[in-house]
Amino acid sequence: MADTSKPASRKAAIVGGNRIPFARSNTAYAQASNQDMLTATLDGLVARFGLQGAQVGEVVAGAVLKHARDFNLTREAVLGSTLAAATPAYDIQQACGTGLEAAILVANKIALGQIESGIAGGVDTTSDAPLAVGDDLRRVLISLNNAKTMGDRLKALARIRPGQLVPDMPRNAEPRTGLAMGDHAAITAKEWEIGREEQDELAVRSHHNMAAAYERGFFDDLVTPFLGLTRDNNLRPDSSVEKLATLKPVFGKGEGATMTAANSTPLTDGASAVLLASDEWAAEHGLPVLAHLVDAQTAAVDYVHGGEGLLMAPVYAVPAMLARNGLTLQDFDFYEIHEAFASTVLSTMKAWEDPAFCKEKLGLDAPLGSIDRSKLNVNGSSLAAGHPFAATGGRIVASLAKMLHEAGPGKRGLISVCAAGGQGVVAILES
Amino acid sequence: MADWYTNFANSGVGTTLTKQLGLPRPGVLRRYEPGGPLLPGPAVVGSAGQGRLRDTVTAVLRDAGVTVLSPVVADGDAAGEKLGAVVLDATGVSGPADLAAAHDFLAPAVKRLRSNGRVVILTDPPNDADSPAQAAARQAVDGLTRSLGKELRDGSTANAIYVPQGAESGVAGPLAFFLSGRSAYVDGQGVTLSAADVPGTQDAELPLAGKVAVVTGAARGIGASIADVMARDGAHVVAVDIPAAGDSLAAVANRIGGTALQLDITAPDAATRLVEHLRERHGGVDVIVHNAGITRDKLLVNMDAARWNSVMAVNLQAQLDITTALLDSDVLNAGARVVCVSSQSGIAGNRGQTNYAASKAGVIGMVRAWAPTFAERGATINAVAPGFIVTEMTAKMPFGTREVGARLNSLQQGGLPVDVAETIAWLSQPTSAGVNGQTVRVCGQSLLGA
Repeated sequence: MADTSKPASRKAAIVGGNRIPFARSNTAYAQASNQDMLTATLDGLVARFGLQGAQVGEVVAGAVLKHARDFNLTREAVLGSTLAAATPAYDIQQACGTGLEAAILVANKIALGQIESGIAGGVDTTSDAPLAVGDDLRRVLISLNNAKTMGDRLKALARIRPGQLVPDMPRNAEPRTGLAMGDHAAITAKEWEIGREEQDELAVRSHHNMAAAYERGFFDDLVTPFLGLTRDNNLRPDSSVEKLATLKPVFGKGEGATMTAANSTPLTDGASAVLLASDEWAAEHGLPVLAHLVDAQTAAVDYVHGGEGLLMAPVYAVPAMLARNGLTLQDFDFYEIHEAFASTVLSTMKAWEDPAFCKEKLGLDAPLGSIDRSKLNVNGSSLAAGHPFAATGGRIVASLAKMLHEAGPGKRGLISVCAAGGQGVVAILES
Repeated sequence: MADWYTNFANSGVGTTLTKQLGLPRPGVLRRYEPGGPLLPGPAVVGSAGQGRLRDTVTAVLRDAGVTVLSPVVADGDAAGEKLGAVVLDATGVSGPADLAAAHDFLAPAVKRLRSNGRVVILTDPPNDADSPAQAAARQAVDGLTRSLGKELRDGSTANAIYVPQGAESGVAGPLAFFLSGRSAYVDGQGVTLSAADVPGTQDAELPLAGKVAVVTGAARGIGASIADVMARDGAHVVAVDIPAAGDSLAAVANRIGGTALQLDITAPDAATRLVEHLRERHGGVDVIVHNAGITRDKLLVNMDAARWNSVMAVNLQAQLDITTALLDSDVLNAGARVVCVSSQSGIAGNRGQTNYAASKAGVIGMVRAWAPTFAERGATINAVAPGFIVTEMTAKMPFGTREVGARLNSLQQGGLPVDVAETIAWLSQPTSAGVNGQTVRVCGQSLLGA
């Protein structure tokens, strides 16, 4: 029988990362474009690892909210950076999963031996967001552009109506349901009976954990200041459950509404980048290997008709990945579950603990079980840092790799990121 | 870049005006450029007494392609070729009477010194003298050099090198420094050598090639200039500054092909983290420049503990802690160089700067005390004490204070960050092995604390 086994592949190493501090929408980075932020982030990474003029195998990044002119955003950022101009780059987009997906793509090419090093990143701005003209006006303008004679041009112009001049604002809403992501999350929170207080507690812990991490210098080699900002300006070190209890719910309706501005992530601007390489490349360049990207998985759920929550896809992705690696949910030293909303993290964990859900939806004999909460988001997550959609994955990968490295060899970390469109991206890192 | 007044005084109308009004006439200083000549003209070498260094001096000059002329006599041809440098070997003086020869040699030679010329006088340290008369003659060189520094004009300088018996092999490096444009703003100073294992040669263009150099406070000002010069001289620079200055730090690192390390040097684990970083990323370190410094000025009676403590922590304690950690570690490479930034304030004192001056004086004591330990390892530790250096900080001073402050020195102008950087880069060179425990002032022979 022919040998059908895969060729031996190697695991990609995570060398380190860089991000700019995240800024709440329309604050410190109100005048910065995606390209500005991504370029500055790449330059910070170059400075940290001495990559001036160096050609890495590939730079992969993306943005969720993107101007039409930014069709080659990542390549343009590379050209504006101190990396070698001969460094290839491409854009990807998988909503909030963009940053982690970029890291997976780079890691896979390294694992296959197609590249020796690469940079994965992501950037988003909700301050410098693209505005589009409505479809009616767009059609008029296209005909105007195609008109050959003055008469045709005037005819086209005559079709313009005042109502067409209102631009299409980008909205944080699902095209197929018209519901905001927060409204979707509120439906899931209600279904899983997630209480207000436990959401507020999770949010407060995120702020406290991240503030403590800054204080002990954890972010010294993960963050580079930008436009006068030295720390994430969403971070509230003095946050408390009492203070959060005073806020009115913003998502969900009526008495049962639990989701506030504090236990939901705000609109945020920012960028992140992660340097990945083969072990050999890292050694040749005198650079450390913090951790390896062991495996990754994506999943999607039918949130439109299938009765599943919009942000519940990671719940499905994780068991598939665990099974492939012969691991249980408890075999991890750190868990990084992206805090899109506190209720999302709590619903995710509750689903994994639920025997009926695990049997019926995940097809498991026994529930995945619970997570040791002291290992969850130990240096804070998106509720504290903010969540520039495509930049979150890079923030998590670099931070988790550093945590694993500090904890010593053989430590394992789980990343879980939910994304719009009912998708989820998850990965395992190991030191 | 010279300052506005220096530019004005060297312009057509400025030259006339400043001469007629008797205003200061600062020269445009000759600064080092890679590949440029050591001197802008020929040199003469003379002796007072039976010196032992004349051949060494002549060899240094000839190796650098300098034409060495015969000494001119007092009534010689004053209209002859202008001189780039005048070097006097006074290691042979046994008493004041021998100094007459110094005068006989120097007077006609200095008369022919061109602008941006150099006078260097070598003698033995007075403390090593066999007799009071010999000590007097050697000490006299100090007064002679300092006075000559004040008499020279148009960017010329006078400096002394004290060479004990057994330290002769260390002369070449310091002599080349004082002759070159690297020492543009070092004037009226003396450096005392000590016996050491000094390499005979180094790469002239890239003296720091292959070296790993840490520069603290590298994000801006003098620190950024130090990083620039160290990189120009061939070193891989690990640029260190506080995390909040990380964006300008990254820009410096990217400009010079170095690496950025965001680190608060006063953090309890700062020294450990630095040592760990150097081991992991570079396997070791050759040069440490303790440049990071802060000011928190107030009159002593109005100064709170926070101002005192923060200045001490950054300017002195961090230098002590990091140097101790490096000595205790395995990352300090053989022949390592530590250069600490002190200040003129640490020598002369400054109103409103009791904390700053205390910290900077402390640095001078620290390098002196540590020198023997470093010598045992074939390493050195020295300090530089900048005077009035034109930076963003001095730009914020009131106009009058700034302009007067900049003129109170023999070169009649403020120095530039690059002048401090050049001196530090020189102390970091392999052939500077004989310079240890010294504090070199980069002050244009300031009147303060002289």
